[in-house]
Amino acid sequence: MANDVADVFSADDLVHCLLAVGARQDRLAFRVLFDHFAPRVKTYIVQLGCSHQQAEELAQETMVKVWNKASQFDSEKAAPSTWVFRIARNLRIDAFRRESHPELDQNDPSLLPAEERPADITVEQKQSEQQLRKAMDELPQEQMELLHLSFFQDMAHGAIAEKLGLPLGTVKSRLRLALGKLRKKIDDDQMYTSGLSE
Amino acid sequence: MNIDHHIPDEILLAYASGSAPEAWSLIVATHLALCPQCRERVSEHERMGGSLLESLPPEALTEDAFDLLMKKIDGQPEQEVTVKEPVVWVPSVLPEPLRSYVGGDLHALKWRRLGKGVLHIPIETKDGQAQARLLKVPAGKPVPTHGHNGDELTLVLTGSFKTHQGEFRRGDIETADGDVEHTPLAGEGEDCICLAVTDAPLRFKSLGAKLVQPFIGI
Repeated sequence: MANDVADVFSADDLVHCLLAVGARQDRLAFRVLFDHFAPRVKTYIVQLGCSHQQAEELAQETMVKVWNKASQFDSEKAAPSTWVFRIARNLRIDAFRRESHPELDQNDPSLLPAEERPADITVEQKQSEQQLRKAMDELPQEQMELLHLSFFQDMAHGAIAEKLGLPLGTVKSRLRLALGKLRKKIDDDQMYTSGLSE
Repeated sequence: MNIDHHIPDEILLAYASGSAPEAWSLIVATHLALCPQCRERVSEHERMGGSLLESLPPEALTEDAFDLLMKKIDGQPEQEVTVKEPVVWVPSVLPEPLRSYVGGDLHALKWRRLGKGVLHIPIETKDGQAQARLLKVPAGKPVPTHGHNGDELTLVLTGSFKTHQGEFRRGDIETADGDVEHTPLAGEGEDCICLAVTDAPLRFKSLGAKLVQPFIGI
């Protein structure tokens, strides 16, 4: 099946494909992206409670956006999976809730810029994709469950509390705990890796 | 400018995952424009989203999905090449996305009276749960005492205000939940304009304020 073929490609391959689509509308590269991402976006939408047909349509729409916006993809700023996730997230908010997802405008003169960071931070950013995955796998079940509910059930904290029969404060503090742990884990790993490479 | 009061992590997560109602997302995104630290955190949370997406079991699309997609793409009207307009440096007080929601910067605003010198502008969003509005409190004056049925976030845009939690200046976010009853006091010297979002109607203490509450829509 095409999906299995696509899965032999690495994260770096996906970056090159996305850049190729952006630079010259490369159809072969786009096919690779489609085979990799469209089935996952479909699962994402189904998990959010949509019919398979709606999920298929939204996966298609996501890929149209990927094609149209590929030239704006900046590999220094985001991994392809994160970039596609944002597109799919915004489309499904628009489709399900008829709401938009307000976003900041990077070119807004009112935007307060971040301080310049040393160049090696970007390298760490890339490593952290895998580290993040690993750190998430190591979270306790109850904390991972909350992350899943946030990302895949479209549940506000109040709704999560109700579903799990927990006080709202517990949901919030558990989420905070999980996020703090992930951040610390990644920071520690980064120190460890940069220590090794010296 | 230093931001002392940030948005709690779990609300940033709700924004990044897309589970926050539009009004909450509006205040988060507007704070992000003024706060590189929270911006960085939202990127982290979005990376989690990407990573979770990556780990989902793929569900095959229909046989001809790719061909249909390419037909759709080829049938699109010619994409206008997105050449970014050079940024015109017009300094503005209200950052995006807030500026677009209220239709311009401060000079474009049409304030309505809320009582005791306090002005407001309700902001239209499509979510049925949370309410967003701009508030303008005269320098040195208190915001009417209120408690909350739900959570409230307040983002300072001009001036400052003080509560028992400290002083809040441009870019700072005050977080109040159901248990907090507070009387913010605007700082001297400059009117305090802030963006406030509540997920339930405020409960005002004084009878007068209670009586007008249904009419002014806050």
